[in-house]
Amino acid sequence: MSAIGRREVPRFGHGSRVPGWDDAVDLTKDPATIPDPAVTLVPSQLRERIAQAMAKYPDRRSAAIPALHAAQEEHGWCSPEAIDQVATVMQLTPAYLTAVATFYDMFKTVPMARHDVFVCTNISCSLRGADEFFEAMQKAAEDDPDLNVRSFECLGACDIAPMASVDGEYIGPLEPDDAERIVEDMRAGRTVLEHKQLRYRRCADPGVQEEAGDFGPPDRAQTDMADTAGLGPEGDNVDRPGPTAAIEMPAEEAAEENDSE
Amino acid sequence: MKILFDRIDEPGLNTLEVYERRGGYESLRKALTMAPDEVLQQISDSSIRGRGGAGFRMGQKASFLPHGNMDKYLVCNADESEPGTFKDRELMQKSPHMLIEGILIASWAAEISRAFIYIRGEYDHQADILEAAIAEARDAGYIGEKILGSDHTISLVLHRGAGAYICGEETGLLDSLEGKRGNPRLKPPFPAIEGLYHGPTLINNVETLATVPHIIRMGGKEYAQIGTETSTGTKLVSVSGDVQRPGNYEIELGMPSREIIYGLAGGPFEGREIKFWFPGGSSSPVLTAADLDLPYDFDSMAKAGSMLGSGAIIVVDDSHTILEVMHKLVKFYAHESCGKCVPCREGTRWTLRMVQRIQAGEATPMDLDIMASVQEQIIGNCLCVLGDAMAMPVGSMVAKFRPELEAEIEAARERAEGAEMADVIPVGVADEHAGPYPVH
Repeated sequence: MSAIGRREVPRFGHGSRVPGWDDAVDLTKDPATIPDPAVTLVPSQLRERIAQAMAKYPDRRSAAIPALHAAQEEHGWCSPEAIDQVATVMQLTPAYLTAVATFYDMFKTVPMARHDVFVCTNISCSLRGADEFFEAMQKAAEDDPDLNVRSFECLGACDIAPMASVDGEYIGPLEPDDAERIVEDMRAGRTVLEHKQLRYRRCADPGVQEEAGDFGPPDRAQTDMADTAGLGPEGDNVDRPGPTAAIEMPAEEAAEENDSE
Repeated sequence: MKILFDRIDEPGLNTLEVYERRGGYESLRKALTMAPDEVLQQISDSSIRGRGGAGFRMGQKASFLPHGNMDKYLVCNADESEPGTFKDRELMQKSPHMLIEGILIASWAAEISRAFIYIRGEYDHQADILEAAIAEARDAGYIGEKILGSDHTISLVLHRGAGAYICGEETGLLDSLEGKRGNPRLKPPFPAIEGLYHGPTLINNVETLATVPHIIRMGGKEYAQIGTETSTGTKLVSVSGDVQRPGNYEIELGMPSREIIYGLAGGPFEGREIKFWFPGGSSSPVLTAADLDLPYDFDSMAKAGSMLGSGAIIVVDDSHTILEVMHKLVKFYAHESCGKCVPCREGTRWTLRMVQRIQAGEATPMDLDIMASVQEQIIGNCLCVLGDAMAMPVGSMVAKFRPELEAEIEAARERAEGAEMADVIPVGVADEHAGPYPVH
């Protein structure tokens, strides 16, 4: 749940979000109607993305999750209109898609802030202080309507515990003090805590480091896509987090590494 | 010995150029010169056991698929959501082509022409890298019709999930891939007979498939020389929790657990002792410091009453209470239960309320017996093992740490009672009414 509280959804009585909730049911009507393509307008780029997704699978229904991802990107959340649009293109009922959207954690079925901060508070992270960080993060983002801070189940990055996923970018290990910085970075539109991003982290296994002798230090110019091997972001002189504790490096390799920075 | 992690940090390994320079896709070429049966025989010879959790032999699983010309599917399970597990993430991010090559070889061995990778939605960066790698491989002619001049036709699609632990369960994953809610299915029929779109389906973990090119390169029999007799090969182990150097380590199966936790991961922090550890993700029954000398392989872990699972070791030191870890654990499974089977849906929630009851100081030691019996009623009574995955560790915690839990129940009760007394008795009056009951 968002730290700043959810924006109110229009309610029509008894807490229902569906208009006409108390109208008598027309029993002659098909309960599962597919929206009429002639009436429902779908943004062309969304239609195209859904069509592309559907083309990948033997059964068009397999594209439900990719299509909802696309619609959520377009609308900010899986709103009734977004669901209707997906239903129109995929020729499925909105009820079916709502059932799918409510099952998965990453689909927002209520309007929320655009930017997500998922703080992992599962076992490995909480052993290392994730709950304290989560509190600090909630506090830091308290009065920012653009930030949606929520605790999340294991995000699969226990090596950088405690960690968070900021708009899909994994960062860690985090201290409660980092919360302010994350909010600042997000407000300024900067890359968030670049020196703590998972993508630049080397493998912790000491055996890998030893065998790493036959290639030089990473070169950003050549490896634009290859951002995975302890490579510094451009213009960055900050210490790489690297493996959490120092691993002894051969002297010449250490020297090379220093040269590159 | 590094097989999967061999020079894994080499910059640009996620690109085709570097991967090919290192001899990538040679195993695929070699496999395509062999008949599918021969490739499958090599995989069977290696005795490789599934790296995702169940530890089923891959060669055996693949041999269950019917022969003949029909729509068969291969699904790579990259929905790595088991708490404590992060090995596939590193593998996919740094060496995506190794996985793709493994998928191509495995699909040839089982004569499959459509393959999918189901990656969890949170792995955005890794999915981007894989997608780029798949496109590269397709452009280079490794994916497509009659690849490299052979009879093998294969398509490969990356499918992103949307955050649900249950989709790591193979039939839940299939439902999710078909665009439904990820509810597990009744087994049998097993996916090898009737899986994705009702076709025979081979489902394997990322690490298992990524090992396949190495099996073909080395030869199945040679690969089987590594590790122990029944647990062959190397395994990626994710060590996390209260250790000095958390991370992924590639070990030869059968390595003493102590060497992994103390030697590789640096052991617990200064002045701390290991209280207990999960040997295979949060779903495995806990082991204590007394079990540290066990060799880390499938059978030894099973013999000790636990399991190797996904190879995720979570270490908990003595600064944490057992109740705190149990609360986190149970909360997770209660949240992730899909709600299809009653024992799991009610059992997980019920256990959570039981733990909260202990924390609130309302429990008695008898509650532990009830809790243990509820766990027993969950195990084996559901379509999938999500309920078991909570019941087994919770059951083992109650069995192994009963005195501590009882002490905590008592402490929580005293705390709660103290709070009650402080509320009720005005300052100064307390001494006069020092009876067992609060004064109203």
